[in-house]
Amino acid sequence: MRADQILHPTPAGLYCPPGDFHIDPIRPVSRALITHGHGDHARSGHGAVMATRQTLDIMAIRYGEDFAGKIQAADGPVRIGDTTVSFHPAGHILGSAQIAVQPDAGPKIVVSGDYCRHPNPVSAPYEPVPCDIFVTEATFGLPVFKHPDPAQEMARLLASMAEFPERPHLIGAYALGKAQRLIMLARAAGLDGPIAIHGALQRLCDYHVAQGIDLGPLVPATADKVDAQLVIAPPSAFASAWVQRFRDPVIGFASGWMAVRARARQRGVELPLVISDHVDWPQVTQTITELAPQEVWITHGAEDGLLRWCEIQGIPARPLRLVGYEDEPE
Amino acid sequence: MRAFATLLERLAFTPARNAKLRLLRHYLEATPDPDRGFALAALTGDLKLRTVTPGLLRGLMVERVDGQLFALSYDFVGDLAETIALLWNSDRDQDVPLHQAVALLSETGKAGLPAAIAAMLDRLGPSQRLAFLKLATGNMRVGLSARMARMALAEMGAPDVAAIEEIWHGLTPPYEPLFHWIAGGTRPEHAAKAPFRPVMLSTPVDLDQLRAFDPADYVAEWKWDGIRVQAINDAGTRRLYSRTGEDISDSFPDLIEALNFDGALDGELLVRRGDDVAVFGDLQKRLGRKQVGRGMLDSHPAGMRVYDAMIWQGRDLRDLPLAERRAVLEGADFGSDRIDLSPLLDFATWDDLAALRADPPAPVIEGVMIKRRDSAYVGGRPRGPWFKWKRDPHVVDAVLLYAQRGHGKRSGFYSDFTFGLWDGNQLVPVGKAYFGFTDEELRELDRFVRNNTVERFGPVRSVAPKLVLEVAFEGLNASGRHKSGVAMRFPRISRIRWDKPVSEADHLSTLKAMIA
Repeated sequence: MRADQILHPTPAGLYCPPGDFHIDPIRPVSRALITHGHGDHARSGHGAVMATRQTLDIMAIRYGEDFAGKIQAADGPVRIGDTTVSFHPAGHILGSAQIAVQPDAGPKIVVSGDYCRHPNPVSAPYEPVPCDIFVTEATFGLPVFKHPDPAQEMARLLASMAEFPERPHLIGAYALGKAQRLIMLARAAGLDGPIAIHGALQRLCDYHVAQGIDLGPLVPATADKVDAQLVIAPPSAFASAWVQRFRDPVIGFASGWMAVRARARQRGVELPLVISDHVDWPQVTQTITELAPQEVWITHGAEDGLLRWCEIQGIPARPLRLVGYEDEPE
Repeated sequence: MRAFATLLERLAFTPARNAKLRLLRHYLEATPDPDRGFALAALTGDLKLRTVTPGLLRGLMVERVDGQLFALSYDFVGDLAETIALLWNSDRDQDVPLHQAVALLSETGKAGLPAAIAAMLDRLGPSQRLAFLKLATGNMRVGLSARMARMALAEMGAPDVAAIEEIWHGLTPPYEPLFHWIAGGTRPEHAAKAPFRPVMLSTPVDLDQLRAFDPADYVAEWKWDGIRVQAINDAGTRRLYSRTGEDISDSFPDLIEALNFDGALDGELLVRRGDDVAVFGDLQKRLGRKQVGRGMLDSHPAGMRVYDAMIWQGRDLRDLPLAERRAVLEGADFGSDRIDLSPLLDFATWDDLAALRADPPAPVIEGVMIKRRDSAYVGGRPRGPWFKWKRDPHVVDAVLLYAQRGHGKRSGFYSDFTFGLWDGNQLVPVGKAYFGFTDEELRELDRFVRNNTVERFGPVRSVAPKLVLEVAFEGLNASGRHKSGVAMRFPRISRIRWDKPVSEADHLSTLKAMIA
């Protein structure tokens, strides 16, 4: 069987005919395999969902217990139709996985989802999975993206907090993954006092703690008086009147995009922190080199840069031009 | 250079002036000589280095990065120095002292420059690379004026801003004697001729306040709408300074040539054609040009109208009463017909003066100045001796079109407002205002924006055209850069017209008719 008969893009997302399932579909389908809990990959309303236990828990927190007709936690290789499917850690966020599809006849395909190879205390580390076809994101698929050591970025945040001790520091971070990672980075840097979190982060933070990730003392940033200099909130909160309770805050944002000044300016950010849960350019190119697949498929992001690199390396590559995935999920 | 790179980055993203001052002061306090002096000079534009061209930098990349990947990257990043800083392939990140980078950029010959720059980039991490490339291309763009730099210096030690301004132009990078003085050492001697002297400023006043004073104790003159300057000829050294102590001599060679006197004069820089004094818009065309073409010198000749004398023929007049300084000026020869004395106004009562103010003889007059006859010349803004009584601002009723979130104390509030006027049956944006309202009004405006948002673009929202704002402004210039063709000076929101229907807002033609 040819590779594109095993997996190909459809309007609903990547579809696997021999297994009759979609991976990270953007529309309701009968059977969905889901790489991780970010809203653009994990949607509600599917007939049956298979994902890691943690991703299923996260979906239940976000969408309610009845987010799908039937659920099944991924645990070891599973037969689905004429394929064998397995889930492997992706290093992106809690519960994130790559999905390996081995058809009974034909090449093995690994759909990496969103993945990251920087050490991340809130996620199991990325595991290289040998394959014939590697399906990768290219969110940061340009050679300008070399994400710095996150500890160094955290040091910049702490330096600003020391330089402006009277000003609360409000850092925008996606509610799932980035927020908890930021908290863990602050803890690792020695900040052991209370950190304030926006109400939208509460349940996801509680879940991380329940999963054994000790986030330390957290206080709600919903009261009129917030007793912490560091406040973490989802980006959407910065457009709301919620911000108005803080006096002369330093507004920061934690994202890989902050490496580029124009992007930071567009956000109106005073303290850009380059902290990303995605592979940067050295990591994506290193991963492809290591796996040495026969072919690379690129799902979304800056595919032109990565396509060019593959061309120079002599690796066959093609863009899937999947729509519906955001640069970085909100 | 690591600390310098961090400083540049923080300054670039920090909008608030006080926060910028604090960042700079902390840097200067923590950084040794001579690096802090070079950093200061780089920020104030006083560091003269070999200018590295974009062509040279592109040439470096051609050898190192695939052309297509470079083009994609540059397209995404949008800034050449930043693209190169991010793309450069080196894992080293030595903390190279800033003076080494400065030495490289001032001493390397043209032929050796590309290799020297590449070798330096190899030693640096990404943020230092960007700082180095910004230094090399002479393009800091961090929104820090030389005046603010001197304010940060003044916060570090005993000398105040005025004292630092007075010696600033005699100093050269890396300013070690200046830092020595700030740390409690001796004051550096005036190393240069024609130093800047702190300017005396006035405070606003109105008719009710004036009634408390005896008009006989005061003189009055027109307030000319140009640029306040200090013009000096010190034994042949000629300088023109703005009132904040920036040396603007290079932009006004015609006036410099006309400073045929011996002294330091305080006055207004104006574009003058014979007896006519041109409006501010004409002067603006001459500002900020490093080189002035012949045509511009002919069509927009600079002149000066003198208000006061600080030094005249070797004598410091600043401690004398104004009446005596004025007597010296009345008898003085300024040595050029580009320079004359600002005439005094004839008035006996405040109401006389009010009548003059209400009907000035030229559009370039923006009110009257009122000065105590016995006032000494004191740098800074002392309360009492000098008043400005500006003409009433122009106002238009405009419609709120867009709002942008503010920073710092206004975080979370929509506080920057773009407003428009009718042009036919369309509303066209004519300007932006972000002050003039009270905190309570800001909350009301913020609520209005949130409840009437049509579209969002990042931190900007377009709002339904429903609210009329009375916008006050000082003047208008024709502008090719604004879509409406006009640019307002000092626009601010003077009233929120919750009561007024949008259909009754003003038309662009009304505004255009105001252009003098």
